[in-house]
Amino acid sequence: MTIHEIVSLVQGKILCGNVGEKDFVDYCFASDLMSDVLTVRRSDFLLMTGLSNIQSIRTAEMSDLKYVMLVRGKTPPQPMIELAEENGIVLISCPFSMFKASGILYQAGLKGVF
Amino acid sequence: MDLSFHIQGGDFTSAGTASSQVRRTLKELGVDAAVIKRVVVALYEAEVNIVAHAYKGIITAEISPERVFLQLVDEGPGITDIEKAMTPGFSTASQEVREMGFGAGMGLPNICRNADVFNIHSVPGKGTTVEITIQIK
Repeated sequence: MTIHEIVSLVQGKILCGNVGEKDFVDYCFASDLMSDVLTVRRSDFLLMTGLSNIQSIRTAEMSDLKYVMLVRGKTPPQPMIELAEENGIVLISCPFSMFKASGILYQAGLKGVF
Repeated sequence: MDLSFHIQGGDFTSAGTASSQVRRTLKELGVDAAVIKRVVVALYEAEVNIVAHAYKGIITAEISPERVFLQLVDEGPGITDIEKAMTPGFSTASQEVREMGFGAGMGLPNICRNADVFNIHSVPGKGTTVEITIQIK
């Protein structure tokens, strides 16, 4: 699924990062617990989280992830956006709850990592 | 190549900067992406542990063509029961640590899972030393 499709489905907006027509992911992992995210071996997934602080971007960096979606309409602090930009991470904001956003994207074909 | 970092307990804003620097260095050296991920996930968890639990600590990273050796020495309360601390889901983290997305009790098990060799030694009331070796080749 392309990132543009994902953003459109969850009525989200891209806060930083360049997203091209060919940017896509097939998998998603939704969690507010960063240690759980760090247990995932693969790196080709969208991280969906309600954790609106710098450590969610650090976790994405260490996990070699390119896409992070913040749920529940959180406004990220400026240092978080700057760190995402520095690491070439696309940061997306979505107004829905994690459950609703997950449901919409799962129904549209995005897969769980396990 | 040797890298060294001073870590301050409680400084969550800076937590991860040492791991980030090691990641950048390994990328520049052209190390395989899967190996880099194992190194930096283990290191990041251990770095966050110092920030979350200790007063201060020193991280050293020895990088050779064959392996990465990481040593994390902290001054802090130490761990009284290492076996218990290694149990997935067990945590003594504060509310502040949990609000940062950690303290789920997955840190030490996650470090152990990513390391080829993992050693932990702790003296209650003094501090903890963690050593992680990951083979590159």
